[in-house]
Amino acid sequence: MKITKEEVLHVANLAHLHIDESSIEMFAGQIGTILEYIDTLNRVDTKGVPPTTHAISLTNAFREDREKEHLDRESALANAPEQEDGNFIVPKVIG
Amino acid sequence: MELYELSIQTAHKLLKQKKISSLELTRAVLERIQSVEPKVQAYITVAADAAMEQAEFADQAISRGNMTGLTGIPLAIKDLICTRGLRTTCASKILENFIPPYDATVIEKLKEAGAVIVGKANMDEFAMGSSTENSGIQLTRNPWDLKRIPGGSSGGSAAAVAAGMCLGALGSDTGGSIRQPASHCGVVGMKPTYGRVSRYGLVAFASSLDQIGPMAKDVTDCAVLMKTIAGYDEKDSTSVPLEVPDYTDFLKNGLKKITVGIPKEYHAAEGIDPEVAAAVKNAVGVIENLGAECVEVSLPHTKHCVAVYYVIAPSEAGSNLARYDGVRYGSRNKDTRNLIEMYRNTRARGFGMEVQRRIILGTYALSAGYYDAYYKKASQVRTLILEDFKKAFETCDVILSPVAPTPAFTIGEMIEDPLTMYLSDIFTISANLAGIPGISVPCGFSSDGLPIGLQIMGKHFNEETIFQTAYNFEQATDFHKKKPGL
Repeated sequence: MKITKEEVLHVANLAHLHIDESSIEMFAGQIGTILEYIDTLNRVDTKGVPPTTHAISLTNAFREDREKEHLDRESALANAPEQEDGNFIVPKVIG
Repeated sequence: MELYELSIQTAHKLLKQKKISSLELTRAVLERIQSVEPKVQAYITVAADAAMEQAEFADQAISRGNMTGLTGIPLAIKDLICTRGLRTTCASKILENFIPPYDATVIEKLKEAGAVIVGKANMDEFAMGSSTENSGIQLTRNPWDLKRIPGGSSGGSAAAVAAGMCLGALGSDTGGSIRQPASHCGVVGMKPTYGRVSRYGLVAFASSLDQIGPMAKDVTDCAVLMKTIAGYDEKDSTSVPLEVPDYTDFLKNGLKKITVGIPKEYHAAEGIDPEVAAAVKNAVGVIENLGAECVEVSLPHTKHCVAVYYVIAPSEAGSNLARYDGVRYGSRNKDTRNLIEMYRNTRARGFGMEVQRRIILGTYALSAGYYDAYYKKASQVRTLILEDFKKAFETCDVILSPVAPTPAFTIGEMIEDPLTMYLSDIFTISANLAGIPGISVPCGFSSDGLPIGLQIMGKHFNEETIFQTAYNFEQATDFHKKKPGL
């Protein structure tokens, strides 16, 4: 198999994604097939070819460091699953 | 003719002459939605009351003589473009109740132009898919045949335009997500050049490939929408500070000075349906008869585009989707009081299978030890694909190809086989990798009566030549006049 069940689990952990025991095998099979297909790229000679990360050549876009209108606190918090006193509430991190 | 059947430019004329009002037009569209939406299910949210308010506002503007080509025109917006105060779900459970606190730049522009937003259109979750079957909310059906998919990921937008549930729409295109559903639903859809339209307020999928673009009933309407949404935006540092031409000015120029390129590799593409091949061949003949010169071009690396895309897009998606952690917005799984478990369960419950598959694939491709083999290799082949296009465009102005290898497939046919589904994007993905613009324009019907689209791709920031070619082809044919019998 191109990608093992352990690797799928490892990568899912890196991505903070819980996957059910029953789905691991399915993901390994499907992603394995996709990776085998992606391996056809090895037939392409890319020696000395620079990588492209953006199709349009861009340089850094600078702007003046000026204060502008921004979201008020209420709007920024409006979609929070849990909030209190102007803060996002998360489960306790330090015991 | 019913009001909902009007094109944007005809509705504009009637509004200007005060023969109809935006209230009447918007009401007609909302009634059409009520009557056919139960069959098609193109909309996640219909904003009827807000739309009627905007229509009233538009009528006031028109009575003051203050109008643009879009004032009072009812439009659908793909549900991954942020609309202030109007739920924007990305067709995902994780954003099911998300109400954006701001408008995307394209929405600001549409509102400034006086357009009426009737609702938010269904899509594949986070735009990942080619059939809209990956929506976490509902299944959209093709108005031409309700057993078939509308294409994707902008399937709701395409189906809404085809079924007369709006006069035009916005979609987004990362690997074909505007052009392929446009082709399957018999409408016109353009993916602009990367950097032509601001992505501010577009929920990110693969940031180096995503573009917002227009979908409409014909080429002129598509050009009118494009003119309104294009242009530099300081809020999107990848948008490009170039003047936006009035695309409608170019439509009536003939094709005598246009050279069209036909990629020789596409003749031999595997899995292409003979009826699609015949329709595209016929379209090339029509364009040649209109005076364009046809030359053969070569795009030898395009056969690798699907493999390149399925490294780059999932890698970027894996990073972009890290923000959905149940803290600042979106749904949260509250079964645990442990932070990491909260993240893991929130994401597992909130994301559908295709999104999870791509997060795993992208995270794998970027993980230690695999980066060079996958991401770097794919980025290098991307350079070769880009160079192919640069070379081809030395000898031609536009390139013609099919949009999709087959007409719309039936619901459920490909859902168990992700790779085959991915391969259906073979003709559209290369434009995203190269950042070039492309359009889908109706060019025929299969023996089952399903629409077939012709793809016209152009040089960077040369949308006008694409519109010009598409318009001349459209005016010489009748394919865009046929409507689905719902």
